[in-house]
Amino acid sequence: MATTDDVKLIGAWPSPFVMRARIALNIKSVDYEFLQEQLGTKSDLLLKSNPVHKKIPVLIHGHKPVCESLVIVQYVDDVWASDQPILPSDPYDRAIARFWAAYIDDKWFPSLSGMARGPTEEAKKAAYEQVVEGLALLEDAFGKCSKGKPFFGGDRIGYLDIALGSFLGWIRVTEKMGNLKLLDEAKTPHLVKWAENFCADASVKDVMPETDKLAEFAKMLMAKAKSAPPN
Amino acid sequence: MADDLKVFRTWSSRFALRIIWALQLKGLEYETIFEDLSQKSPLLLQYNPTYKKVPVLVHNGKPISESLVILEYIEETWNQNPLLPEDPYERAKARFWAKFVDEKLLQSVIDVLVTEGKKQEEAVPRAKENLKYIEEELKGNKFFGGATIGFTDIALGWTAYWLPIIEEVTGIKLIDADKFPRISEWMQNFCDVPVIKANWPPYDKMVAKIQGTREKCLAPKGTD
Repeated sequence: MATTDDVKLIGAWPSPFVMRARIALNIKSVDYEFLQEQLGTKSDLLLKSNPVHKKIPVLIHGHKPVCESLVIVQYVDDVWASDQPILPSDPYDRAIARFWAAYIDDKWFPSLSGMARGPTEEAKKAAYEQVVEGLALLEDAFGKCSKGKPFFGGDRIGYLDIALGSFLGWIRVTEKMGNLKLLDEAKTPHLVKWAENFCADASVKDVMPETDKLAEFAKMLMAKAKSAPPN
Repeated sequence: MADDLKVFRTWSSRFALRIIWALQLKGLEYETIFEDLSQKSPLLLQYNPTYKKVPVLVHNGKPISESLVILEYIEETWNQNPLLPEDPYERAKARFWAKFVDEKLLQSVIDVLVTEGKKQEEAVPRAKENLKYIEEELKGNKFFGGATIGFTDIALGWTAYWLPIIEEVTGIKLIDADKFPRISEWMQNFCDVPVIKANWPPYDKMVAKIQGTREKCLAPKGTD
């Protein structure tokens, strides 16, 4: 049951990290005000709410800011505890979910970024190979976590689904713009099916950007990066 | 059935120490397996195939890796001496700061250790800026956990031992007591906790190791 406490989310529609927070709030049916940052500027509210990192997403719940996407997801799960749990109930399953979510953020996502931002063609190719290797690990993890169900979390979307699924928009853009496959029916058949189920889910479909729209955004970002010094 | 707990660690791993502290604070018995990372045991490779690193906690045959993940697991499995607060907002803060330690503070301190000259001159203020955030967050509490140590204290704990050694090896003062009074006091209080005091690695051996790390990184290897 959504509370009437004031809930705001500072973010931007293209950000996979912001999407994580939105999916979590949607799962719990929490109403929130979505405050979108403009590209290239940081609002006073953002700088005040996240002075350490100055990054989105920031959840502001009753004037108290929570930063870092996975910290936000766990916070949402803790606060709205009775509705649709996001983390599994068993401590070991929780540890596995947290482990792979950390892997995605610490190792896998930097490789995905590296495919576009690598300093040389060689570096970009190495990044691509790491991304593919990582997806193979996650395909295997899916088998163990899902136990035959549609999601990492089982019957419903859970923590690890959110952690990885939030990148599906960017995965598709990378595939389209690079004319290559990352999720592959031959190599990662479970993840291919999972991706379809994830994107169709009620808590996801309104916040997952369309691939074309995201690709336009990516092109715009790349053009900006070429003409300006790195931030 | 008694829990079977094993910890894979090295003598010097600051991440493994977090696990030792948490287990001892909860009064849990465990077996320690010391690894030589230049010759990793088949068991370690089996239990942590993704990273092949320590620490790994094995509970009744089931392995968990990544120190902060392990800490959460220990906290959720054994209720005594809770390390995380009950309030969701305070929990979120504890997790935020633990992540900050690992993603920002640690690297900025390492950067001071492994550089010299201009690079080091640039690294020092970055490390101090990160320490300043910690200083502000302490807000006059004895520990981040309040009266007793908790999750964030455990995540940050390595600084109480490693920072003075890095200062000794580099000759650079990072924690000025007058600029960082809260961190200075926190370090003393932290080191006074019996479980912490009992588990620091051998001092001289650690100094030699840190010295060695610095020398190895600074050894000429061509243009940079």
